[in-house]
This record gives sequence, structure tokens and C-alpha cells, in this order.
Amino acid sequence: MDIASVVSKRAFSLGLLLLILILLATSPLYAPRYTVVLLSSIFMYVVITVSWAIFSGPTGYISLAPAAFFGVGIYISAMLGKALPLPAVIGIGGLASFCLALFVGALTLRLRGIYFAMFTFGLVEFIRHLLLFWECVISGRRGRIVVIVDNTTVYYLMLIIFSILVLTAYLIRRSRYGLALQSIGEYEDAAAHTGVNVTIVKIITFAISATFMGAAGAVMATKWTYIDPYIAFNPLYSFMPVLMAIFGGMGQLYGPIIGAAIFTYLEEFLITRFPYYYMLIFGIIMVVAILYMPEGLVGLIEKLWKRIWGVRGANS
Amino acid sequence: MIVTILDIVIAGLLMGGIYALIAVGFSLQYGVARVLNVSHGEFIMLGAFITWMLYKVVGINPLVCLAISGPITLVIGFLLHRTLFTRLRSSSPSLTAFEGKSMLASFGLLFIIQNVAILIWGNAVKGYTYLDSSVNIGGAIFATNRLVTALSALVIGVAFYIFLARTRLGKAIRAAAQDPRTAGIMGVNIDHVLALCFGLGALMAGFGGTLISMCYSIQPTMGFQYTIIAIIVVVLGGLGSIPGSFIGGFVLGLVGSIVSHWQPALSLAAYYMLFIILLIVKPTGILGK
Repeated sequence: MDIASVVSKRAFSLGLLLLILILLATSPLYAPRYTVVLLSSIFMYVVITVSWAIFSGPTGYISLAPAAFFGVGIYISAMLGKALPLPAVIGIGGLASFCLALFVGALTLRLRGIYFAMFTFGLVEFIRHLLLFWECVISGRRGRIVVIVDNTTVYYLMLIIFSILVLTAYLIRRSRYGLALQSIGEYEDAAAHTGVNVTIVKIITFAISATFMGAAGAVMATKWTYIDPYIAFNPLYSFMPVLMAIFGGMGQLYGPIIGAAIFTYLEEFLITRFPYYYMLIFGIIMVVAILYMPEGLVGLIEKLWKRIWGVRGANS
Repeated sequence: MIVTILDIVIAGLLMGGIYALIAVGFSLQYGVARVLNVSHGEFIMLGAFITWMLYKVVGINPLVCLAISGPITLVIGFLLHRTLFTRLRSSSPSLTAFEGKSMLASFGLLFIIQNVAILIWGNAVKGYTYLDSSVNIGGAIFATNRLVTALSALVIGVAFYIFLARTRLGKAIRAAAQDPRTAGIMGVNIDHVLALCFGLGALMAGFGGTLISMCYSIQPTMGFQYTIIAIIVVVLGGLGSIPGSFIGGFVLGLVGSIVSHWQPALSLAAYYMLFIILLIVKPTGILGK
């Protein structure tokens, strides 16, 4: 491949990206209202999934804590929404999740493999039960009202968070730091021996990924008007991103994005058409995806692509 | 005062029996078959609903149902492992990869089994009364069904331990737990033994479900809370250790009983607290190496 074709390929993908961004940024002007709302929920899952994949993709540590960080954002939004302007609330939501992740990460990231998954899972349940106890027994009032923000604002905020996240994920992937993460996933002891400060890298990445989840939670809370611990710390927000990332494939940056977008649309579609079957269908898709698509949708497409174009290359 | 303490301790031990039984199954599935089976609770739910149906429709004694619900979940578990997890195991590059993938696949199973159950039995809370008289133990009064379930759990647990320790098949299972590759070389049909272990774990869950349905109301979504309890107990006792699971079960039962005596709303939070502290301080569990 010569330099000109590399440059043109890069220019092409950059142009495509810009085009998509412009289309997304202007869509509230011409798209129907429902599309904007749907796009916001797609952004929500995309943000959680991509930020999950930033940490868990390269390192292989399966975190089941997204619901905890997302829920923290939601609660911050509910508590401070009346007192502070929305951007400040989002910032605090992200910061609170960042701090929680730093703390949790420092405590637990020496646990390996399945123990880490179990711990993060326990964390969500622990926070939820503690909050429930606080609300039911001590303050005597369960649930909170959230200040409502109009759909277009929510949409733009989610778009901004999404753009920053994708940029961050891209930069991490391309940097030495991303390589360090990758090496941790491949062989942690070897990574430590080659001079990677394994603990710091893991904790910081974990915290960065949590920040975006918290910020997304703070924005999305304004759509629900009423929240309680069951809504905010729903374990489904932990499982869904994992499922979406696996379905999309974690080999490429756009894998989790595609996976989350398809799944959120599928969820909307299935809930309206088959409200009683949709979790069942989800379960089946999950099992099938794990069994037959180990590299996800993107891996599958790449394989097909190679099969079609690789043959032609060999002939010429 | 002494009666109160006795009250709490016995209530904890009675609860602990069921916890232990559930955890033994979970521990077997993880310790030998290396599947962190998040859908374990769904097998408990299946056991409970099979018992409920047999008791309500046919009128079979719930204790007799143990002989029906257990084998059904055993067969389901065995077939699931042969079709799903064996395939995953052979396609995974490493054990860690398999553990991650099989855990996620069992999440999928959780959704599937739970929603099929909702389609069959509906989402309502169900239950029946069985042996709801009371027994007096040293001044403390307990429901007969609790006592019967705890004793049954203990008998099943001991019987299972003897099976593992004394039979040829038990030896094969222990060998597979230590080193599946070498066990395979020594002539153990490893796919078969691992599937059997998964099935036996499901069997324990089925038994647990039957026993639970005697004391508590049941619902298709009930499984998850028991999965969580199984995870906590197993971490408490050490992953893969059967006696550890038993001790862990009774410890958790006691902790739950003590905390709910003092503040019922905090018992689940206390479980997690214990779990989190334990994972940080000694992730290998009480009896772990």
C-alpha cells in the first residue's frame, strides 16, 4: 500500500466521521421528535458500552459495575438538579463516579479474573441496599423527583459526552498507555516486568471509564422524572453493556458502538412488538453471540471481508 | 436473653442449611466445571416450581418431590453443559477466557430460563402450606417445615460428600477438579465428568428449590437472590471447597439471622458488606489455601 492511498483512506474515514457528526448534530432540526428521543437512548447505551470497553476490552477484567457508576450519576443529578445548573451537575456526577472508581479500583484491582467480576457485581447490590435502607428507614422517603430537561438539550448533551468519549477512547488506544493496557490483558506479570506500573494503569483507566458513565447517568436522569434505588442501580445497566460490547466485538473501537446502537434499537423494537418475549430473545441472542461470534459482529464482518477480497488479492 | 440468643442462633442455622446446599452446587460447578453459573438461582426456581406444580396439581408430598425435581434439573444441567459449555471450553484459548465467556453465557441462560418460566407460570407470587405446625426447642419455637428443610439439606449434603469421597465417580470428579488434563490422560472421560458436575450442581439447586418452596413463597424472578447468596457463601468458604461451602452457608445464615434481628432492612447489605470485606482481606475464603 503506497502513501497516497493511506492518506486518502485516512482522509476518507475522517470525512465520513465528520459527515456523521454533522448529520447527528443537525438531526433535531429535521428529524421527528421520536427519533431524537431514540437517539438519546442509543447514545446512553453507546456511552456506557464504549466506556466499559475502554477498561474491560483490552485488560480482560470483566467489570459488572457500570450500573454503580451510572447510578451514582443519576443520584447526583436528582440531589443537585434543583440547586445547580445542569453542566455543573454533569461534572459533579462524572467526578463522583471517578472518585468511587478510584477508591474501588485501589481496593480491588489486585483481585484477578472472576473475583473482580464478582466483586464489582456485589458493589452494585451493596450500594443499592444501603441506599434503600437509608431512604426507607432513616429518611423515611423512598425515591426522588428529578428536574426535567427538554429532549433536545438531553440529546445535545449526550452527543457531546459521546464525542468526547470516542475521542478519549481513540487517543487511549493509540497511545503507549493503550499498549500498556493491552499488555496487561495479554500477560499481566510480563507487563509488570517490562516496566508497566500495572496497578496505576488499571486504576486510572477504570476511573476514566467510570467518569463517562457517571456523566451519562446525570444527563439521562432528567428524562425519568422519578427515580429510586431500584431504577438507578438496576443491574441490567451492568449486563447490557457487556452484552452489547461482545455482540459488537471489542477488536475495533467502533465494535461496541455498533453493538450498542443495534441493541438499543432492537430493545425499542422488541418492547413495542413483543413485550413478553424480549428478555427471552435477548438471552438467546447473548448465548448465540458468545457461542458463534467470539470476535463479535465486527469480527464476523472482517472475516467475511477477508474471504471476499483476500481471494481476489491472491489471484491478481 | 438466653432464649433470644438461642432463637437467633437456631434460626440462623436452619436458614444456613439451605444456603449451604445451594452453595455446594454452585461450588461444584465453578470448582470443577469452571463455570461461574450465574443462572444457578434459576435452577432453584425450576425446582421450586416443579414442586409447587406436583403438590398443587397431583398432590405429591413435597419431600417426595425431591426425587423428581432434582433429577429433572440434573438432566437439564447435564444437557446444557454438553451442548453449550463443552463447545465453549474447546473453543476458548485459555482457562481465563473460558471462565469469562461461560459466566456471560450463563447470564444469557438466566434471562432465557427466567422468561420461559414467566411464560409458563406467570409472574405472580405463589406458594403452598406444608407442615406449618411448630416445634419447641429449648423454649424457642420454630416452624416444623424449617426444621425439616434444614435436616433434609444436611442429609443431602452429607450424602453428597460421601459420594465424592467414597465412590469411583467421585474420585474421577476430584481428579478432574485438580487437573482436568492429567485426569483425561488417566482415562477419565473429561467432557462427560465436567458435564456431570454441572448437572450435579443443578441437582443441588433443584433440591434447594424444593426445600425453599416448602417454607417461602416462590416467583419466577426469585432465583437471582439465591444466586447472590450462593456466590457469597462460596467466596466465604473458598471457591471449589465443598466443606467450606457448608461452613460458609451456616456462617452466612447466622450473620443474616443476627443482623435481621437487629435491623431487618440491612440483612442483604450486611451480606454484601461481609462479601466485600472478605474479597479484599482473604479472597481464597475461610478454608482456602
